[in-house]
Amino acid sequence: MTTATAEDFQYLQGFLLDRSAIVLSEDKQYLVETRLLPVVQRHGVESITDLVRAIRRGDKTVETAVVDAMTTNETSWFRDAAPFDALRNLVLPELVASNVTRRRLAIWSAACSTGQELYSVAMLLDSEFSDLASWRVDLHGTDLSTTVVQRARTGSFTALEINRGLPATLLVRYFRREGAQFVIADSIRSRVRFELFNLARPWPPMQDYDVILLRNVLIYFDVETKRDVLERVRGRLRPGGFLLLGTAETTRGLVDGFRPIPVGATTVFRREES
Amino acid sequence: MRALVVDDSRAMRSLLRQILLQLGIEVAEAAEGRAAIDLVEAGPVPELVLVDWHMPVMDGLELVTELRAHKEWRHMAIMMVTTESEHENMVRALLAGANEYLIKPFTADAVVEKLSLLGLHCATVPAGDSYGGATQP
Ligand SMILES: C[S@@+](CC[C@H](N)C(=O)[O-])C[C@H]1O[C@@H](n2cnc3c(N)ncnc32)[C@H](O)[C@@H]1O
Repeated sequence: MTTATAEDFQYLQGFLLDRSAIVLSEDKQYLVETRLLPVVQRHGVESITDLVRAIRRGDKTVETAVVDAMTTNETSWFRDAAPFDALRNLVLPELVASNVTRRRLAIWSAACSTGQELYSVAMLLDSEFSDLASWRVDLHGTDLSTTVVQRARTGSFTALEINRGLPATLLVRYFRREGAQFVIADSIRSRVRFELFNLARPWPPMQDYDVILLRNVLIYFDVETKRDVLERVRGRLRPGGFLLLGTAETTRGLVDGFRPIPVGATTVFRREES
Repeated sequence: MRALVVDDSRAMRSLLRQILLQLGIEVAEAAEGRAAIDLVEAGPVPELVLVDWHMPVMDGLELVTELRAHKEWRHMAIMMVTTESEHENMVRALLAGANEYLIKPFTADAVVEKLSLLGLHCATVPAGDSYGGATQP
């Protein structure tokens, strides 16, 4: 059976909201079907109703598979270009100057999907900020989805993924081909770390960051969750640190303590000194 | 803006033509390098040339080399669009003067992003994420 019943849909809405804070609006029934049918097949069950039953029984494997399937993992290299120009032209130069005695820099890609965002930052640092070679630079990527975190760790991408916004000069400089895959250089991969992390649940104790990229994930949350996540993100940013959001996202009207700074075609949000 | 698509596959030429037309770019086509040179010489000179690698008569690498031998065409952006993705060959194409590299198969989004890397901005809004999240207040 290929359709989700009204009860299945309602149950999945609640389940997803609870597990990921992702809001599934009423018109998204088709999305549940297209995303979950492959899961139905992979788990050798008959229907979406069977998946719901398995979740109700507490089957963790099915829970994870369903959450993974319902996340939208669309991403690309140097996505939207402008935020990376802002890093290059304003954010990183400022931080290199202000952190020169600490010689430390920490950057967090807080909904990293398959890793393109964090690897883009790593390549930018390596190719254009050679001063940082002797610093301690922490590059962390986290995501809710087990599948994407595992993929990010491999640093291995298909041609379709490689084509999405990666400049050819960086492709030949940092990737080698292995069969049909393009694998990022160990010199880059060894500098990044990827972990599972749910933005919508209580956060474990963690370090402070100079830059947090929280891009194209708030769009899936309701206003309360957006506010709560932004407040916690502010708490993890060093005073004077920078928050980079997706094109459709802002702190305005949601959370205080950020100063919007227009840079080129984008706006970055700087945590005010407290 | 004008683009020239050079590929021996008619299907590939028409796919690229469709994508470029949607971006408001005029498109001319050639099935191999020699014919492409003739078109460029006859003018008008395109701002962008998309070049397949493996073609009869004159292949893509020769075409890029030939185009770059003409100083008066130096502002032309050249992008390889090919299944050829051996590391060493990609480097050869870039050294010969190609500015970007797109590996087949590709999506329309990838073409838009490559054009923006080439500094060619066109009339488009790339598809964002669409999903049930609440919109910004
Ligand atoms: C559209 S991708 C954005 C990837 C990247 N930041 C970018 O802008 O290209 C959204 C990501 O957010 C993740 N996500 C959704 N809900 C999440 C949550 N509650 N906690 C952490 N990550 C979440 C999804 O798994 C997905 O990989």
